[in-house]
Amino acid sequence: MKQTFAVAIGGAAGQGVATPGDIFAKIFSRRGLSLNAYNAYQSIIRGGHTLLTIRTGPEPVTNMGDRIDLLIPLNQDTMDRHLKLLGNGASCIYNADTIKPGVAADGVQLCPLPVSELADITRNKVAQNTLAMGAGLHMMGIGFPALEEALREQFKKKGEAVVAENVGVARAGYDYAARHFAAFLNPLPKTDKRYAVLSGNIAMAMGGAAAGVKFYCAYPMSPSTGVLHWMAAHARKAGIMVRQVEDEIGVINMAIGAAHGGVRAMCATSGGGFALMSEGLGMSAMIETPVVVIDCQRAGPSTGVPTKTEQGDLWQMLGAAFGDYPRAIAAPLDIADCFKLIPEMFNLVDRFQCPGLVLCDLLLSEGRLGVDPKDLDFHPVIDRGELITGTNGNGAGAGMATNGDYKRYRITESGISPRAVPGVPGHIHTVATDEHMEDGVLISDEFTNPIKRRAMMEKRMRKVAGIEAAVRPPELRGPRDAEVTLIGWGSTKGVIEEACEILNEEGISANQLQIRWLVPLHGEAILELLRKAHHHRREQLQRAVCALPAQRNQLCAGRQHSQIRRRAFHASSHRGSRQGTARRKNETFRSRARDYGLSAGWEEGDAHGNRRTASKSTDGGRFERQG
Amino acid sequence: MATGVQRASQLTVADLKGRVDPDWCPGCGDFGVLAAIQKALVDLQIPNHNVVAISGIGCSSNLPGFINTYGMHTLHGRALAVATGLKLANHDLTVLVTGGDGDGFGIGGNHFIHTMRRNVDLLYIVMDNQIYGLTTGQTSPTSRIGMKTKSMPFGNIEAPVNPISMALAAGATFVARGFSGDQKHLTDLIKQGIEHKGFSFLDVFSPCVTYNFDNTYQWYRPRVKKLEDDSGYDATDWTAAMEKSLLWGEEIPIGKFFERTDLPALHAAEPVLNEGPLLHGELRVPADVARSFIEELM
Repeated sequence: MKQTFAVAIGGAAGQGVATPGDIFAKIFSRRGLSLNAYNAYQSIIRGGHTLLTIRTGPEPVTNMGDRIDLLIPLNQDTMDRHLKLLGNGASCIYNADTIKPGVAADGVQLCPLPVSELADITRNKVAQNTLAMGAGLHMMGIGFPALEEALREQFKKKGEAVVAENVGVARAGYDYAARHFAAFLNPLPKTDKRYAVLSGNIAMAMGGAAAGVKFYCAYPMSPSTGVLHWMAAHARKAGIMVRQVEDEIGVINMAIGAAHGGVRAMCATSGGGFALMSEGLGMSAMIETPVVVIDCQRAGPSTGVPTKTEQGDLWQMLGAAFGDYPRAIAAPLDIADCFKLIPEMFNLVDRFQCPGLVLCDLLLSEGRLGVDPKDLDFHPVIDRGELITGTNGNGAGAGMATNGDYKRYRITESGISPRAVPGVPGHIHTVATDEHMEDGVLISDEFTNPIKRRAMMEKRMRKVAGIEAAVRPPELRGPRDAEVTLIGWGSTKGVIEEACEILNEEGISANQLQIRWLVPLHGEAILELLRKAHHHRREQLQRAVCALPAQRNQLCAGRQHSQIRRRAFHASSHRGSRQGTARRKNETFRSRARDYGLSAGWEEGDAHGNRRTASKSTDGGRFERQG
Repeated sequence: MATGVQRASQLTVADLKGRVDPDWCPGCGDFGVLAAIQKALVDLQIPNHNVVAISGIGCSSNLPGFINTYGMHTLHGRALAVATGLKLANHDLTVLVTGGDGDGFGIGGNHFIHTMRRNVDLLYIVMDNQIYGLTTGQTSPTSRIGMKTKSMPFGNIEAPVNPISMALAAGATFVARGFSGDQKHLTDLIKQGIEHKGFSFLDVFSPCVTYNFDNTYQWYRPRVKKLEDDSGYDATDWTAAMEKSLLWGEEIPIGKFFERTDLPALHAAEPVLNEGPLLHGELRVPADVARSFIEELM
């Protein structure tokens, strides 16, 4: 078992959950600890219930886990909801003046803080938060200077008096804990590693800046708004034009306009905004102007659950815009990958002059992860493809002379036609969303000619083969001959990774197939991997293929996807016997999957946000081998 | 086939002839608008490779195909959004947006309002024929009450929008109306609109000879009165412009309603573009800036 420690801070929105969260995150990452943070909140600015969980440890922490070691409830509601989730060895620090503890499990330490005795609560409204931070850090075995430094940075803009007051309050909590509360069994370790702590939204925005994005526009929509916020705050330093637009229809069209002008243009939204962008994606494909669109998924349909994650937009992404056209769709696997994927996607769409879609979700967008700063590479490879800007503009080659026969949509073997941007002498042309000829003239303006139409359609679609060749197929991670293969796409990587580790520790060998590129999918390569996989039962394989993504139907989207499922089942049905062992292991697998929130069982959810299985998972007997 | 002119001094109307001839109905008002745009560009001697004509969808939106400049024939109603992005990517370009009343005031109404308040430096010419032509004659946002069309065979019961009042209210910094039947006047308005540094809105009465039998050349001719002929009219007076915009009936004003030059265009208001167009800027974030971005997170 991985050694991790999780602290959860809960309260009403506006009660100041974020600040202690930021400070804990800073202190952990500066100790060289990996961390994963997730904030479960409601779509309410004041009030509502918020629970921020930060899980940390010396080894990479890939997900928020399912146990809480330290709970800091800032109100009664949080105490009532979450105390029952604590198990043996956990502690709960709370304001004894205002909050009554409920019944805790055996081995849970209740740590009441006499807040009004320790701090002047008439002057400091968030004294309980600061006291609890101080107390908590003492119990984790962390020296006070780390907290003092973090508080100083946090409050330095407000002046020395505010810094001094907060440091004083924190010290009081720290000292009170030393006298009254038992420390955790294992103090938090320290390593030499260094981490940058960032959300997926920040990672994608920074990845855009690294990719040379010069135009970013958006309409605010949770959970994608963080991309806009980072872009807006850093635009002038990074030389990026950032605009907030009247709606997502305007967003996609404005981004395409900028891209058509020759710069790299990006936008981000969530499912509802993406739906409005659909027609624009078709235009990007038809006029062959590349654009990158990020969809940070939240639970749908319609306005849905704006503050909770779901991988529910896959069908929409695969089917976005009418007609058939080349495109690329990728789902970042973790927050570091949110950064890395953007330059890759831009190189691809610049080369193939088509839309590129990034399918993120709230879990990554708003979650935070400690990332090795070396993984935030601001000098990635940049390939702008066959772009003619006339000057040395934006990474393109200089203009090429023509004798007046430039054809924007010249029919080529690759399907790629050199792209001149407006302003370049000798390359005047009109692009059109109507079907057009090589020179851009509308086919409907002369005569709707089926031969020409077919030639243009085939030209564009030839790019699909190029895109497929440019993208790597997914790889199996873990032992080749594992008994269980867990398949997921995008953000489920971290959870599945840890589930595999636990299964392997339990003596059930497991490996992971995580899919990053959804279009092109590399179906043959995936089939090949699955054919070799060591599956016992058809039912098990079915679960492996279907059940692991957050929404069970979503993985198997599109013709290619369903083909994989069909053929994989067929292959597995020829495999034999060992059914007794298989059944036992299957049951264990099923219970593990349930424990780790891997099944699609929304019905198991309760009022405490996304931690729908945590009530079971703190049971000490959970890890006993079954069967 | 004309393919672009390297030196501005050589630009002639013949150079601006598109790859194909217009396919509008004989007598369509849009011919007059195309000719006026070509004449204005020749008068101003703007190199045609530095001009982009952007349109949405509709009869009049076919215009970029009929003029030899860079062109974008985009989606129905979206030309202004596309044009805003293009202008911000390369503000050295002269951007003309053309389209119809359905495209601009119906499906594109939202972008119309917001592009005006942003003061994007472009000229937006609406060929306003008070009807949907390409879809064979339905009521448009500017169709008068009572007008019978295929979609409202018993007469329109919805009040039309007033594009000039809308533009004034939304903050357009140049607002004018032309008539396709008066070439010289229209050409002059187009030249002023191109030279104005900010959003220029030009609503042009461009009669549909096939589907609109209410608003014909004959109907307009006795009614249109040039604001320029009224020596007392002050086009810097927004209130006076608003009052004039409400005139409709026996007398319909055309000409420049309003212009203000004290507000910066969008591209001039954003310091990111101080160094020149984005297109010609440095692609990569400087190393020290990139380092500071990462250090913020540690």
